[in-house]
Amino acid sequence: MEFFGSLLEQLSTAYDLLAAGWGVQLLWGIGWTLAVTTVSMVIGAVLGSLVAAAKLSHRGGLRFLGESYTTVFRGEPELLVIYLFYYGGTQVLTGMARSAGSIGSTDILNMPSFLGGVLAVGIISGAYQAEVFRGSFLAIHRGELEAARAYGMSTFLRFRLVIMPQVLRLAVPGLGNVWQLTIKDSALISVTGVAELMLTANKAARSTHHSLLFYTVAGILYLVMTSVSTPIFDKAERYTSRSFTRPK
Amino acid sequence: MSASLATAANAKPSLDTTAAISVKDMRKCFGDHEVLKGISLEAHKGDVISILGSSGSGKSTLLRCINLLETPDSGEVRVDGELIRMKQSRDGHQTPADIHQVERIRADLAMVFQSFNLWSHMTVLENLVAAPVHVLKRPRAECLEQAEALLKRVGIWERRNYYPPHMSGGQQQRAAIARALAMNPKVMLFDEPTSALDPELVGEVLRVMRSLAEEGRTMLVVTHEMGFARDVSSKVMFLHKGEVDSLGEPKEMFARPPTQQFKQFITNFNK
Ligand SMILES: Nc1ncnc2c1ncn2[C@@H]1O[C@H](COP(=O)(O)OP(=O)(O)O)[C@@H](O)[C@H]1O
Repeated sequence: MEFFGSLLEQLSTAYDLLAAGWGVQLLWGIGWTLAVTTVSMVIGAVLGSLVAAAKLSHRGGLRFLGESYTTVFRGEPELLVIYLFYYGGTQVLTGMARSAGSIGSTDILNMPSFLGGVLAVGIISGAYQAEVFRGSFLAIHRGELEAARAYGMSTFLRFRLVIMPQVLRLAVPGLGNVWQLTIKDSALISVTGVAELMLTANKAARSTHHSLLFYTVAGILYLVMTSVSTPIFDKAERYTSRSFTRPK
Repeated sequence: MSASLATAANAKPSLDTTAAISVKDMRKCFGDHEVLKGISLEAHKGDVISILGSSGSGKSTLLRCINLLETPDSGEVRVDGELIRMKQSRDGHQTPADIHQVERIRADLAMVFQSFNLWSHMTVLENLVAAPVHVLKRPRAECLEQAEALLKRVGIWERRNYYPPHMSGGQQQRAAIARALAMNPKVMLFDEPTSALDPELVGEVLRVMRSLAEEGRTMLVVTHEMGFARDVSSKVMFLHKGEVDSLGEPKEMFARPPTQQFKQFITNFNK
């Protein structure tokens, strides 16, 4: 009885705190988290396809660069990469601005936190996406690529008509995993001061001393975000692989 | 001078017309394995040449060197008189001098593969119009109309909106032949078109090929179908260890095998 009483009490405090404005802030946090994740995924898609192409290249030098990229950015702790881009970026920007004389010799030019954050997370996401794209390319039936050559298609046409549509189809499940990974990585850029979900939960926990409550709520929200993406990617996969499932 | 030329031309009209395809002294090695040891071949308009030979004799490689899916080490390929220009690369191998020329010529040499190789993410109809629209730059509506007519001809019009993986091997190969016809090719190259098919599906593909031969298409056919080679083709070429062992009229070749090798080959086949 006593237990339920205290639980009810807890819940009503939680309600009060969320209604007092933290709820809205957390919603904004979700918005920023999704924004960071989406922009990072896009950056990662561009980098990932270039890196995948490099890894598949006939030229040894390009292959080496591609291999190095995926090895480094999958092997380093994500947080280190973020620090590198944010604080390292700040140092570089400050140095450049100082020598150009556009700021005083003791002023600091900060790396814009959103930009630094999405670059770092995008580069990491790109390393994982590169692996997905490479695997998808290798899964294309070789004979179909050969047929494209035999019918006089140029490299560009082969890419547009045969390679890209099939890579996208084969990549959807893998990209779903990378999307989940990238949502989780986006929490790390709270260190740069982007008011995404993690940072908001931190602020709320510190200023109200209800850590348990806010981290639990944030945890549930992350789980909701990662799990709603699963059926969305499943649906996308069913659509893009329709040529391989029998029509009803 | 001109009189004697005219007489020569009258005596042998084939000298007068340019060959649809001519291959001269083609060589190809894979590593230190010499697969083609100087092959020459000429096909005139309307010729159907069956290329026979035991497995590993270089039949597929010959076909693939003609449309440059493989790069021959030396030799000449002419299509309708036009030489495919090659250049020497730095490492001593030859490569096509002008990839656009190769692409243009490939579009004239439609290939039909053993494993069909239809584009699996496109419907049958899309497979038939992709290259005509994008490579030959013909109007889409016209290509669609032609594609439907071709699918009717090979008997799979009802399947035009199917994706290839949903069709039987025989249907896929007929679709692939229709895809080749949609290019209005000068020469059709068949690389063992029935070898991947279940025996009961071979007939439907051979029937289509026979009808193409009858309407005067120029075809090079790598095959193990002795019936097709003997009854349908206008010439039979027998490859042995990368060389042309014998070449001739099919009836004659099968009735009186000109070489011991060919005799053995057909005896083994009939066993
Ligand atoms: N891409 C390749 N790389 C190495 N060897 C090859 C390649 N393609 C074919 N060969 C070899 O060349 C020989 C002839 O092959 P192929 O032309 O396919 O013969 P066929 O069609 O008469 O069976 C075979 O010994 C085969 O192993």
